[in-house]
Amino acid sequence: MLSRLCSTSRMTALKPFTRTFATIEVPVREALNQAIDEEMERDDAVYIMGEEVAQYQGAYKVTKGLYQKYGDRRVIDTPITEMGFTGLAVGSAYKDLKPIVEFMTFNFSMQAIDQIVNSAAKQYYMSAGDIACPIVFRGANGIAAGVAAQHSQCFAAWYSSVPGLKVLAPYSSEDAKGLLKAAIRDPNPVVFLEQELLYGTNFPMSDEAQGKDFVIPIGEAKIEKEGSDVTIVTFSRGVGLSLEAAEQLTAKGINAEVINLRTIRPLDRDTILSSIKKTGRVVTVEDGWPQCGVGSEIAAMCMEDDVVFDSLDAPVQRICGADVPMPYALNLEEAAVPQINDIVEACEKTMYRK
Amino acid sequence: MIRSAPLALRLSSRRLSSSISSQCSAFNGKGRLQSELCSKALTSLRGPSNRHFSSSTLHDISTVDIDSDSRIYAGDVPLPLTTDCTIFEADDIPTGKYPVFRVMDENGVIRDDAKGPQYIDPELNEEHAVKMFRTMSRLNVMDNIFLNAQRQGRISFYMSSQGEEAVHIGSASALDNKDVIFAQYRETGVLMWRGFTMSQFADQCFSNSGDLGKGRQMPVHYGSRALNFHTISSPLTTQLPQAAGAAYAMKMEAVRNGSNRAAGVTVCYFGDGAASEGDFHAAMNIAATMDAPIIFFCRNNGFAISTPVADQYRGDGIASRAKGYGMASIRVDGNDLFAVNAATARAKELALSENRPVLIETMSYRVGHHSTSDDSTRYRSTEEIKKWDNEDNPIDRFRRFCEAKGWLDEERVQTIRDEEKINVLQALESAEKKGPPALATMFDDVYKEKTPELERQEAKLLEHVAKYPERYTGPGH
Repeated sequence: MLSRLCSTSRMTALKPFTRTFATIEVPVREALNQAIDEEMERDDAVYIMGEEVAQYQGAYKVTKGLYQKYGDRRVIDTPITEMGFTGLAVGSAYKDLKPIVEFMTFNFSMQAIDQIVNSAAKQYYMSAGDIACPIVFRGANGIAAGVAAQHSQCFAAWYSSVPGLKVLAPYSSEDAKGLLKAAIRDPNPVVFLEQELLYGTNFPMSDEAQGKDFVIPIGEAKIEKEGSDVTIVTFSRGVGLSLEAAEQLTAKGINAEVINLRTIRPLDRDTILSSIKKTGRVVTVEDGWPQCGVGSEIAAMCMEDDVVFDSLDAPVQRICGADVPMPYALNLEEAAVPQINDIVEACEKTMYRK
Repeated sequence: MIRSAPLALRLSSRRLSSSISSQCSAFNGKGRLQSELCSKALTSLRGPSNRHFSSSTLHDISTVDIDSDSRIYAGDVPLPLTTDCTIFEADDIPTGKYPVFRVMDENGVIRDDAKGPQYIDPELNEEHAVKMFRTMSRLNVMDNIFLNAQRQGRISFYMSSQGEEAVHIGSASALDNKDVIFAQYRETGVLMWRGFTMSQFADQCFSNSGDLGKGRQMPVHYGSRALNFHTISSPLTTQLPQAAGAAYAMKMEAVRNGSNRAAGVTVCYFGDGAASEGDFHAAMNIAATMDAPIIFFCRNNGFAISTPVADQYRGDGIASRAKGYGMASIRVDGNDLFAVNAATARAKELALSENRPVLIETMSYRVGHHSTSDDSTRYRSTEEIKKWDNEDNPIDRFRRFCEAKGWLDEERVQTIRDEEKINVLQALESAEKKGPPALATMFDDVYKEKTPELERQEAKLLEHVAKYPERYTGPGH
């Protein structure tokens, strides 16, 4: 119930106050809620649909209060049919509405993937620019706790391989709000990958980020921590792990730079490559599987760029989820998921300390 | 095959004081309607502006006379015929076989002098009839010539519509261009009726510089925003839930403008095979629960590529499924242009006036192969195909009607076919001469604005081509 502490109305009421004293703590769930609320208020064509998003206020309560504010015309409970409501939303986007589709989790988006990959992503191209598809597919993605193979996996690499889609993955509350607002305003189909384990996590939110005009540009990575020895490229939950790893590395005399990708497609190649040029070492961190993962793409970028290739002082290291479907037992799950220690060791390896 | 019980039920529960049919007078020998009242009622079917009777009248006809005769349709199943254009409510679908609405028989004769004429536009004149005949002929001529062009290796792929011309023109002529079309792929005649030109068809199939789609889609994947015809999507049935979404969006647009009636109806075509996909169920259910003003238009032509309907479903076709979705429905003889037209007009009025979906199932036969990648004689006999083509040809049916009216004769029919042949050949030859789409257009329209990565890839490609001009001298570079 952390979100109740920072309800929209309270924040609005406190605005002059927060302006003076700037940063407050806001959980990711609340930041997402603010983004949707503000964009629905701003644009009548925006609506949200999914299973239990209205009366129940969302399986993870991201849509809390929206049904009461905007009614059943714009906050729509659907039958349990990913194929059906995703297809319906795509069709309504062809006719100029701006739907936000909530998947209870992205695992269930597999039941609608044809609509996302074959229709939403390609419609603008296939219609030669005649028909756009301004739509946001959002929900919990990546690993979760104790829910095993079919509820605990990352689809970032899947969706990011598809031209026509934009793929965003927020880490903090500011990311969540600023990127989701950008996604809703974007005229292209956007896959917005949230992280269940972060929904209840508090992050500082600046005065600026609390405002209604706070939008984070798509396609720009954020350097969360500057460093000179090794570059850690990561996104979503991996950012938190990497920042903690960087702290431990500092104690060991290694100054790591941590890049939060924010956007998986289009990738901010300039930021990534210039950091690697500077450090000469790179470690990628993601919860997804290794083969054809986001880390694979970063590694390929390093190979393909003459200058970066020459500047590498060590082989690229990838920290990924284990190459197995997620097991349930706690000890197995822990072994299948990237840990802080894995990142620390990989960084040390690039420094030839291991 | 005739069941009287449901009729009795309807008579007792939903008797109307004035059905349309009781207001219509007889059809005289020359085929003219004499009842002005009936004429008005029909006119009201043709457009939202003229509403002489309430929308509820449309589907609240109390009596449906199922003729004693029946007809063999897809799957070799005999189905009862009716001359009542009743759109059945979900709780009112007849038990037994779902009847087929038919106005005109195989010989182009109006079946029921008392009721049949009410389903023919009283303002149907020679010009309009000949336009419909010409469009069906053009479609048929284009199919034959493009199929040959594919066999000659001039285009890579083609899908024809032979045997289903009346489904296309009958439904398209009941709509206007404000109505939104989501097609499967075998609805070329609908687009043709809306005004897609021969050159536009040919340019698309040749994927040349004139192609509206910039050479991005396989042949026959037409699309036109100007004509409100959504680009064809290859994966089967994805268009169904999307069409429900488009219908919903149009309803919402009306609501935002303070109206309860969408500017147009969304019509979503699909085949009997597509109805086996999961998307079909998803779309039906969500359209029903979202009260989307849409016509789901199933062309039951007997085959899904090689799979006959006998292997496709065990129930009574597709229309019977409407009951389970709480949806209104009607089954129509697809080779009868008038029946298709009347059913589509009524379905449109019902969908728009009451904001809900309607399912139409037209019964016809796919005379052509599935596509140029198919040889249908491997799974059905040539005799069967010929029998349908000769004995129940939708173009011939309408031609005979027009001949009886004195609007067409053998000479004029031949002239029309000759003219259309020239049109098609000219378009084909001209399309063949046009160059391919420019290489530089390849990176357009992936996103509204090119991403830095796309710009990088495009620049590299163009730089490479510029560096080796001797290697890239052909058209399109």
